Amino acid sequence: MNKLLTCLLGWVDDRFPLTKLWNEHLAKYYAPKNFNFWYFFGSLALLVLVMQLLTGIWLTMHYKPDAERAFASVEYIMRDVDWGWLIRYLHSTGASAFFVVVYLHMFRGLVYGSFKQPRELIWLFGMAIYMLLMAEAFMGYLLPWGQMSFWGAQVIISLFGALPFGIGEALSLWIRGDYVVSDATLNRFFSLHVIALPLVLVGLVAAHVMALHEVGSNNPDGVEIKKVKGSDGIPKDGIPFHPYYTVKDIMGVIAFLFFFAFVVFFVPEMGGWFLEHANFVPANPLKTPEHIAPVWYFTPFYAILRAIPDKLIGVMAMGGSIGCLFLLPWIDRHPVKSIRFRSPLFFWLITVFILSFVILGYLGTQPATMVFTETGFRLAELYFTFFLILAIYSSESRGAGAYISWFVVLVGALLVIDFLRFDPVKSSLIMGSALLPLAYLAVFLLGPAFTRLNESRPVPERVVWK
Amino acid sequence: MKNFLGVICLALMIGGSGTVLASGGGVQLQKAHVDLSDTASLQRGAKLFVNYCLSCHSAHFMRYNRVGRDLGISEELLQEHLMFASDKSGEVMNVAMSVEDGERWFGVAPPDLSVIARSRGANWLYTYFLSFYEDSNPSRPFGVNNLVFKDVGMPHVLWKLQGRQVPVYAEDEHGKKHIESLKLVEPGILNADEYRRAMRDLTGFLVYVGEPAKLVRYGIGFWVLLFLAGFFLLTRLLYREYWKDLH
Repeated sequence: MNKLLTCLLGWVDDRFPLTKLWNEHLAKYYAPKNFNFWYFFGSLALLVLVMQLLTGIWLTMHYKPDAERAFASVEYIMRDVDWGWLIRYLHSTGASAFFVVVYLHMFRGLVYGSFKQPRELIWLFGMAIYMLLMAEAFMGYLLPWGQMSFWGAQVIISLFGALPFGIGEALSLWIRGDYVVSDATLNRFFSLHVIALPLVLVGLVAAHVMALHEVGSNNPDGVEIKKVKGSDGIPKDGIPFHPYYTVKDIMGVIAFLFFFAFVVFFVPEMGGWFLEHANFVPANPLKTPEHIAPVWYFTPFYAILRAIPDKLIGVMAMGGSIGCLFLLPWIDRHPVKSIRFRSPLFFWLITVFILSFVILGYLGTQPATMVFTETGFRLAELYFTFFLILAIYSSESRGAGAYISWFVVLVGALLVIDFLRFDPVKSSLIMGSALLPLAYLAVFLLGPAFTRLNESRPVPERVVWK
Repeated sequence: MKNFLGVICLALMIGGSGTVLASGGGVQLQKAHVDLSDTASLQRGAKLFVNYCLSCHSAHFMRYNRVGRDLGISEELLQEHLMFASDKSGEVMNVAMSVEDGERWFGVAPPDLSVIARSRGANWLYTYFLSFYEDSNPSRPFGVNNLVFKDVGMPHVLWKLQGRQVPVYAEDEHGKKHIESLKLVEPGILNADEYRRAMRDLTGFLVYVGEPAKLVRYGIGFWVLLFLAGFFLLTRLLYREYWKDLH
């Protein structure tokens, strides 16, 4: 039997690089041995992708992409299809879970400098996956054809209408295929959601992994393990991905599935965060819901959009907030990769950035009151300033003068923006909230000028292990 | 990294406390305390539903025989006591009233109730059933209004059960009148406690109709989690076995 299998493998290997692929990507792919908790999320993202593809195939067997029947067909799946409710909840929870793991995966890359040279392309592929995932989720959300599906799509597509010179109107008309979101929109979104985008997504994931395996994985210490190799040519701090990380990732998968199954079986609506209550009302083009909020994973960007009174500038800021992430490898050029060896100020810079992102996400789900919009504006300022400060921190050899000049320039820019958008109705609000970016700039630009809090520590030669 | 987790957890807690809720028009919603494991309650709710709701409101995603199967009601009992609007038990709960008639008679077509419990929430429905009151304003076609759904088109079809309720007004510090509470001036067939219990039954039935899988999903979920917890321990042992030779 064994001999037969070996023969078969030999036969295949003569015609297809099966053993070669297995070795290159698993058995002889050497990964740093010091991966921590944050390194589970890459394999988990792959797991969720496969799960979404499989549950999606089964949902497609029963779903009707037809404005008259879509809502009913989802309820048909929930009631009359055997285990249909489970397949649907796996898919709807999977969408949110995808963003949870992808956000954590991106966070990992951010703090350990995994996007830096030589891994810029991995980051770019990853960002493209993230963008595509947003498009995929957005189009999928239209399919249940509830009130939020309809009005969410209406609002988001109309954003394209903000583009000048008549391009915007023509573009949004082209996307919708109609003057409003309609059956035509539903049909094309269905087509894009079930075949076009998943195809590209899978291709990009392959490119992401291939690029990673070409240069090798980063690790929590930000040390290049390939620099120290044994006499056998194998990195001294590397271990074969299989079996070491396969058994570790299986453990991660089961732990993830535990939390995932908890949501699927006990709180599939997640209190309105994963499945919005208003989406259980069939789409009605004549009745606008009193409060339209996108699903949670879009809300940080939505909050940035809403914080800016001018629609075109708002759309540009929203696009820019994602665009900045694309450029991260060329913004943060500090030679030390990992947060472990970077300065205390860098730690707090990242913390404030994550906090602003989370709070922006919360604001995006809430009605746009004056205080919330103003808070959103200030946090958007922090969001963008973060990238500037990252760029300024890239070199540690700057003198105090450079930091002080940056401080003066940015405070000046801040005042000019506030002057331009000044509104006597909320003058005290604007002046009061200006303290937030002022304090931020003072800490992160005057800090390095007058203290030693922005000094990074020496990076060891080898990874830190136990 | 521990600091990070702490900070993020804190942020999530702050964000999580503001869960998106279906609005109740500013009225404090009462807790329905629905118990889906109480089959008798769901059966009573089904009886109320077909007798009082299913003349104007459909539940056109719900099949009679599914109700029978899930709530332990035999085909004969189903035919005799629940199926007034249809004669095939495989049919969905439709009504004879057309949308046009509904609009003509009530100003707005009575909505389908299949997933009403999912869009409104159990507490809202429960409070809604308890909050009808007499409103003599001539603009009110049926002489009633509702605290959680102002100027609702629906008449108080359960008034024979509940009796007549009138509003008790109070003045705030600016001298503006508002309804403080509702007072029962003429009891119906049921006393106040019985009516609340009946409305809990009806709400429970609507929650069930909103998602029939709810009857089984918690039970299945328990075993799934138990299995995963056990499986996790095994995978952890496997992981440690492999990793113990690494130095």
